[in-house]
Amino acid sequence: MSNTLRILVAKPGLDGHDRGAKVVARALRDAGFEVIYTGLHQTPEMIVNAAVDEDVDAVSLSVLSGAHMFLFPEVIRLLKAKGASDITVFGGGIIPDDDIPKLEQSGVAKIFTPGASLTDITTWVRDCVKPTK
Amino acid sequence: MEQPKNDILKEYIAQKSWIYPPKPSMRLIGDMIQFATKEVPKWNTISISGYHIREAGSTAAQELGFTLADGIGYVQAGIEKGLDVDDFAPRLSFFFNSHCDFFEEVAKFRAARRIWARVMKDRFKAKNPRSWMCRFHTQTAGVSLTAQQPYNNVIRTTLQALAAVVGGTQSLHTNSLDETLSLPTEEAVTIALRTQQIIAEESGVAATIDPFAGSYFVENLTNEIEAAALDYIQKIDDMGGIINAIEKGYPQREIGNSAYLFQQQLEKKEKIIVGVNKYVVEETTDIPILTVDEKAEEIQIENVRRIKKSRNNENVKAALTRLKTAAKTSENVMPHILNCVREYGSLGEICDVFRDVFGEYHDPKWL
Repeated sequence: MSNTLRILVAKPGLDGHDRGAKVVARALRDAGFEVIYTGLHQTPEMIVNAAVDEDVDAVSLSVLSGAHMFLFPEVIRLLKAKGASDITVFGGGIIPDDDIPKLEQSGVAKIFTPGASLTDITTWVRDCVKPTK
Repeated sequence: MEQPKNDILKEYIAQKSWIYPPKPSMRLIGDMIQFATKEVPKWNTISISGYHIREAGSTAAQELGFTLADGIGYVQAGIEKGLDVDDFAPRLSFFFNSHCDFFEEVAKFRAARRIWARVMKDRFKAKNPRSWMCRFHTQTAGVSLTAQQPYNNVIRTTLQALAAVVGGTQSLHTNSLDETLSLPTEEAVTIALRTQQIIAEESGVAATIDPFAGSYFVENLTNEIEAAALDYIQKIDDMGGIINAIEKGYPQREIGNSAYLFQQQLEKKEKIIVGVNKYVVEETTDIPILTVDEKAEEIQIENVRRIKKSRNNENVKAALTRLKTAAKTSENVMPHILNCVREYGSLGEICDVFRDVFGEYHDPKWL
C-alpha cells in the first residue's frame, strides 16, 4: 500500500464557482497527494459515496454559495452514518469568521478563507490529515 | 444598457450554470434571436459575456478572444435561422470585466471594438454600421476584492470603474466592498453607486471619448491584446468553431491554467495583492455583514405551491405538451414558452420539458 494521502476535492451545491476547488486540487496534486475531483453539482450523498468508494483519507469541500452551514455538517453526518468518520473533512470558501467555530464544533477539521495560500493548505494537509485505516 | 443574462456559451466555458448540452442550448438561443428580432426589435437580445470568463481566471486577452468567439457563434446561429445579419446584429451586446491593470483594461476595451467591427464587416459582410458596433456593459472585478482590509476594495473598484469609463463602456456595475464576504449591505451598495456618480458627475472623464487614443503606450498595448485575442479566435476557428472548442474543453483548460498560474505568481509575490501578500496586518474582519433570513426559502416555496393550486392545471399541461412537441421539431419554441408562462407554468416545469427532450449536460471534471 502506498502511503500517499488520497484526497477528494468536492464541489457541493448548484453554483459553478469551481476556480478555487480546481486551483486547490492542482496544488494538492503538485504537492504529491493523490487527488480526485468530483466536478460540480454534487449532493452531500454523492460526495460521501465517492469518498467511501474511492477510499480517501480526506474530503475537501469548496463552498462559495452561502450554504456552508448546511453542507459541511451534512457531509459529516453522512460519513458518520456510513461508518467513515475517520475521513478528515476540511474546506474553504466564502465563510464568515463567525461561522468557523460552529463548523469546527460540527467536526470540520479546518476552514480556509479567501487569501489562504496554497502552501498553507498543502502544509496543513501534510501535517494534520491522518491516513484512514 | 439593459441586457438579459442569457449567454449560454460562457456557462460551459466559465460560469458553469447549464442544464442541457451545448448544441440544444444554442438552438434555444437561435430561436430566441429569431423571435426577438421580429417581435421585440428594440430589445438587446443577448449579453455576450466575458465577465464570468475573467472571474474564472482568464487573462485579459483570453477574456477578449473567448468572448468574441462566442459572439461569432451567436452571429452564425442567427444566420443559420435564416436572418439577415443586419437584421439582428445591431441588437447584440457585450459584457466585460474590468480588472486591476488599468491600461491593460483600457486597451482590451479598445481592442474589442476594433476586432468586432472587422469581424462584422469582413467576415459577416454586415453593411449597417450599427452591426459593427461593440456595445458593452462592464462590471468591476469581483475576484479582485479582498477579505483583508476590506475598505481597500472601494479604491480597487474606483480604479476599475475608471478604466471602464475611459475605455468607453456603455453602462457600468460597481461591486460593493463587502462582496468577498457576503451579499452586500445597503450601505456598501450605496458607496458602490456613489463611486459611479462621482466619476460621472465630478471627474469630468465621461465628457470625452477614447481619451487615450494616440498614446504610444496604449495604442501599442491595444495592438498586442488585439493580436493575442485574434490568435485565440483563430485557434477556435481551426477547431471548427466555439461549440467544438467547448466540447474539447479548450477554453475551459486555458482558463484553468491561467487561474493556477496566477495563484502561483501570488505565492511567489510576482503578483501583488495589497493586504494579502504585501502590507499584511493582523486584523479581524469587522465590517457589517448581510445575513439572509432562511424564511425567504419557505416563503418562495409557499408562493409556488399557492400558484400551482390556483392556476388552470389543464391549460398548463396542454401548454407544456405543445412546448414539448415544438422542442422535438425545428419549430421556434419561444411562442410556446410564452404560452406556458401565461398559464403560470413554472420555470422548473418548462425546464423539465427540455430536459426530457434534450437530456442534461454534466461537468466533464477537467482540472
